[in-house]
Formats: sequence, structure tokens, C-alpha cells
Amino acid sequence: MSSASASQVVSTGRTTRFLIYTLLLIFCLYYLLPLYVMLVNSLKPLREIQSGGMMNLPESLTFEPWKSAWSTAQIGVQATGLRPYFWNSIQMVVPAVAISTILGALNGYVLTKWQFRGHNIVFGLLLFACFIPFQIVLIPMARILGILGIAGSVPGLIFVHLVYGIGFSTLYFRNYYAQFPTELVRAAMIDGAGFFTIFRRILLPSSGPIAVVCIIWQFTNIWNDFLFGASFSDFNSQPMTVALNNLVQSSTGVKEYNVHFAGAIMAAMPTLLVYIVAGRYFVRGLMAGSVKG
Amino acid sequence: MASSAARRGSAGDVLRDALPKIVLSPSLAMVLIFVYGFIAFTLYLSFTDSRILPSYDLVGWKNYINLFRLRAWTIAIKNVAIFGSLYIIFCCFIGLMLAIFLDQKIRAEGFIRSIYLYPMALSFIVTGTAWKWFLDPGIGLEAVMHSWGWTSFQFNWIKSNQMAIYTIVIAAVWQTSGFVMAMFLAGLRGIDNEVLKAAQIDGASNFSLYRRIVIPQLRPAFMSAIVVLAHMAIKSYDLVIALTGGGPGRATELPATFMYSYTFTRNQMGIGAASAVIMLMSVAAIMVPYLWSELREKPQ
Repeated sequence: MSSASASQVVSTGRTTRFLIYTLLLIFCLYYLLPLYVMLVNSLKPLREIQSGGMMNLPESLTFEPWKSAWSTAQIGVQATGLRPYFWNSIQMVVPAVAISTILGALNGYVLTKWQFRGHNIVFGLLLFACFIPFQIVLIPMARILGILGIAGSVPGLIFVHLVYGIGFSTLYFRNYYAQFPTELVRAAMIDGAGFFTIFRRILLPSSGPIAVVCIIWQFTNIWNDFLFGASFSDFNSQPMTVALNNLVQSSTGVKEYNVHFAGAIMAAMPTLLVYIVAGRYFVRGLMAGSVKG
Repeated sequence: MASSAARRGSAGDVLRDALPKIVLSPSLAMVLIFVYGFIAFTLYLSFTDSRILPSYDLVGWKNYINLFRLRAWTIAIKNVAIFGSLYIIFCCFIGLMLAIFLDQKIRAEGFIRSIYLYPMALSFIVTGTAWKWFLDPGIGLEAVMHSWGWTSFQFNWIKSNQMAIYTIVIAAVWQTSGFVMAMFLAGLRGIDNEVLKAAQIDGASNFSLYRRIVIPQLRPAFMSAIVVLAHMAIKSYDLVIALTGGGPGRATELPATFMYSYTFTRNQMGIGAASAVIMLMSVAAIMVPYLWSELREKPQ
């Protein structure tokens, strides 16, 4: 290794730098490989995949697998493609994310600016709820959804994701609002502003960054969920992940790998899009998610 | 905070004073019922003779005793130990290495970082599906190597009883190592350069600089990474379902897949509940001390 330079504490020689760049590039390829494989193979006719050459670019480019995955592939009883399930996921994710974010913001506001005796215990209870293995609630939840009459339905899934999303959304807003100057809140209170006025006029206008983080986090988690979707949905309410798994695991007929690849990309697309558009916030969100008290 | 107002005692003041608690109460009620109430319910079920439906007849520790006698559960425990430890070790090793390298004033760092992190945005179902194809000897890596002329190349772990569990590790590491990298990178950025400069003047090499000063200072990042990864390993379900379905045979059975199949397809709800309780206990054993220390450090 080499000697120090003025600008940078740890400095490296040319050979070492070359090795570092090579290694970083190799890892880029490693992380991109599955996506590349999915993409090129979703644009090939099936016989091209079967004859090997998974890594090759398509010889005859076709969009048939995409059309098939979207609207004609056999999932469940009818050959509907993934389209209705994609729609189920959207219907599930939008309200669940919206409501859990709003509740999280209000909870964070109360827990930091309107503290009461035992507020830390309440926060601790919410925090631990983020990390339970969901297997522990599967059996009673199945019963309760049945009793409430929303078993096997999209509203049922919204409800489940709402309940188990509140912990994280509260955690984000609480940590964010904790750094917000309490003096401002107190001053507004002296001026006679009420609970909701203070929230709307003082905290909400500066909540943009954390709201984005929370929405991205909840969106990815709920869109990507499989366990709840598999446990609490029926054929008409299955989310995208469950439908994709059914498509891929179905044992009847020839395995249409190209259609599977196209379907997998469709299931990945919304979260990937969110990640590309708002990636910087996503990283910050993940960091905040590693629990800071 | 609003207690002085409450002393005046009018109905409006009382309401105003109670409003924050009223706002919080639906969430708190939901969590108390659907998290803690449900935990209590599952705990109770684990001591009953529930099979296809919940039953309320207590049978003592029978389910737990049976659980630990089951070969499938022993396999699941063994697998989660193998999977969890390798998963944590590889994620930390790769994450730390990439973070240290990315911290050397690398050109296009932001771009490379996004490539490392994007797998985290994908569903385990998608990831599992992608790796399932890639690892399939018939069309994946093995077939590609054969078509490139390396006909003796063999990679059929996913079909092998002994090796299938390691394919889960490969896919899971692919998914999360970038995330661990980001945690370590944040830790590295927080280290004070003055200490490093001083050590360097004393003639420390880059290697010993990292070994003696930088890596020890990353302790909090290591702690968070290990806790998060361990809890993810115990909960792992989707990836196994998509990648191997728990097979071949029971080669990739994990506690999460065991719980699901015993509860919902084998109609052994009591045993399923007991396995869920064991899973919760393992997660709690990791999370509770961690959260406790995180929350207690704050006032200083």
C-alpha cells in the first residue's frame, strides 16, 4: 500500500485502485445479472431459451411473452394473465399506504409534542410490533378476518397491512418530529392554536421528506408482501406476488420460461420504478429503518 | 404540556387535553389487539389440542414436546442455523468490503451504490423466481457453461439435498448485501478523520488503519446489521417458497415454512402455533435487548 496524501486520509496506489475498480465492477455485474437474465429472456421465443444460451441476446425479438404474461397466461382457473392481480395489488397498496402514513404522522406528532406519562412504553410497544415474525399472528388474524367478514378480500388485505404498517410509519415520523423545535409548537400553543391547527400549520408543511421516505417504505413492503397475500386472499383478491408465484410454480403443461420472466419483471416494475425515481430517499429510508431511538 | 388548561375544568378544555390521546388510541388499540392480543392467543393455542380449527382444551407442553421430536422441525432448526449464520457472515463481509472500497473516492460512486442497492426494492418472490431459473441446471448457469464449451461444468445445488440450502444463501445474500453495504458506508462516513491522520503520521499502513481503528469504530453498524439480518433470517419465508418450495424433499425447510405447512395444510394447528411461539421467542431474544439499549442510549 502507499503513503498518505494531503487531501485524503487513506490513499491508494495505482495498482490497488485498479484492483478496487475491477472488484467494484465485478460486483456490479453480480447484482445486475439476474435482472439482465430476466430481461433478455422475456424477449425471446420459448424454443430459444430451451436450446440454451440464457445469457445471449434474443435472436428473434418478440413481445409475445409480455402480452401473454399480462393478459392470457393461465393463473388459477381462468386464463386472465397477471392483469387483474396487478390491479388487486394497486387497490390494496394505495389505501394501506395512505392510511398508515397519515396515522403514523399523527402518532409521531403526539408521541413527540404531546407527551404523556408512559409515552415511551407506547412507543416501545409500537416499535417491537415492527419486528415480530408474522407467523405469530397468522392463525388469530385468519379467524378475525372471517368474523369481520373480510376474509379473502382486498379490504381484508388492506386492513392487515394497515395494522402491521403502523409501527414503522410511527417510528419514522416520531424520529423525524423529535428533531423538530418544540419551542415553535409551544409558542403556537400559547397563541391559542389547537392540536390539529398546530399539526396542519407547523409540522405538516415541513414533513415532506419523511412522508416520502415513509410512503416508499410502506409501498415496497406492502407491494412485495407474500405471506399475508398467500394466507388471507382468495382467487379474486390475490396480489401480484401470489399470482406470480402461482404462475411460476404451476406444474401443468410446458414451462413457459419467457412468460415467467416477463411476469417477474411486471411484479418488480412498480417498486423498481419507485426506487429509480426516488432512490435517494429510499436509501435514507432504509437507514432510518435501522432503528434509531 | 396542556395540563394547566385542564385545571380550569370546562368540557372544552378536557376535550382539548384528551385530544392527543384520542388521536393515538386507535393505533394503540390496533397494536394491543392485533399484535399483543394475537400473540397471547397463539401462545394459548400452542398449549391446546387444536388441529384443523382452534380448540380451547389445554394439553400442557405436549405440542412443544412433539414439535422437538419432529424430524421436519429439527431439519428446519438446523437449516435456519446454517442459513442464518452464512447469510449474516457473507452479507457483513461483502457489505463491509464494498463499503470500504466505495469509500475510496470512487468515480460514479452514487451510480454504483444504486446498482448494489436495487435488489432490496424487489420482492423475494421475484428474486427467488429469478435465481430459481439461474440455478436450474437445465436452462441456467450449468447449461450456459456447457453451451460455451465447458462441458464438465456442474452446478446442480438446487436439485441436491445436501446443497439446496446454500442456494437460499446465495439468493438472500444477493438481495441484502447491498443494503448492509449502505449501513457500513454510513458508518464509515461518520468516522473522524483526525484520528486516522494521527495514526498515519505514526506510520500505520492502510491495512492496519482499517483493522485497528476503522473497523472497531463500526461496532454500532455491525450491531444493527447483525440484528436486522438475524431477524430477517428467522422470518424468511417468501424466498424459500419461490426458490425451492422447501425442497427437494425437506432440504430447505425453515421454521417459517414449517409453521405454515403444519398450521394450514397439515391441520396441526397446535404444533404450528408452538413453532410460531418459538420463532417469536428467537426474534425477541435478539430484538428486545437491542431496542432496549437503543432507546436507553438516547438521553445522553
